[in-house]
Amino acid sequence: MIVVINGSTHEVADGTTVAQAVHTLTSATTGVAVAVNDEVVTRGAWETTALRDRDRVEVLTAVQGG
Amino acid sequence: MDDLIIAGEKFSSRLIMGTGGAPSLEVLDQALVASGTELTTVAMRRLDPGARGSVLDVLRERDIKVLPNTAGCFTAGEAVLTARLARDALGTNWVKLEVIADERTLLPDPIETFDAAERLVADGFVVLPYIGDDPALARRLEQAGCAAVMPLGAPIGSGLGIRNPHNIELIVEAASVPVILDAGIGTASDAALAMELGCDAVLLATAVTRAQRPDLMASAMKAAVVAGRLARQAGRIPRRRYAEASSPMTP
Repeated sequence: MIVVINGSTHEVADGTTVAQAVHTLTSATTGVAVAVNDEVVTRGAWETTALRDRDRVEVLTAVQGG
Repeated sequence: MDDLIIAGEKFSSRLIMGTGGAPSLEVLDQALVASGTELTTVAMRRLDPGARGSVLDVLRERDIKVLPNTAGCFTAGEAVLTARLARDALGTNWVKLEVIADERTLLPDPIETFDAAERLVADGFVVLPYIGDDPALARRLEQAGCAAVMPLGAPIGSGLGIRNPHNIELIVEAASVPVILDAGIGTASDAALAMELGCDAVLLATAVTRAQRPDLMASAMKAAVVAGRLARQAGRIPRRRYAEASSPMTP
């Protein structure tokens, strides 16, 4: 299936979890947050939340600003 | 100097720093230390796998409380989502709410800001909204449960100082939550003026991070905020049209 992670299209196996999607970008688990289709997936649910075809995954962290 | 208290939390520094605009994390680190700040804003952006070092490491190392903002949001919905992401990433329910109207002025959108503030307060956030220098909106946001109000002195990054001191005074007079002058500070006298007008704190970034010597300007801002606070508490003399001799005129 196809998912979009931070704007880039990825072909991933069915059943790929949010945790696995995050791991394609970083091994960090603190200071990082995830939204799937504009809804927050809290860190405790990353391992158990499976992505679906065409999901939009946003992986954010804190940067300099404000 | 007396403590600043926001939502029950005490700060001995009344200078809140932003982290935007610094040429490197090293320069930022030195400026933050020189400023004496205990509360500092960060923005939330897509994770860049190639990024080296993190502003979070700097803040953790210096034991500075992180205040995530919603910079870059144009609608209440975007701001609420960003605040929730920041809460999950950073483990804080504090948020500097920033919803801008357009990219040219970066002025805050009052309608979207108020909408987002109501939703975030209902969701348990400690909300510090960035707003125009509008006393009516400041009052409405306080009534809606915001923990502070953050009126601008002038547009973000403009360094134009406080364009409407009278409105800032009106906001201060009516507020029972902290008033934090945010945006527009160009140099130390602007920060001192904000405090003399009765603001409880000053938030600034560009004035320090883009100064020729950021650490030196950070020291200047620290001193200015203290001086302005003390002057406010001391009570300034009334302005007079003509001279008033300070020693007897008769021999």
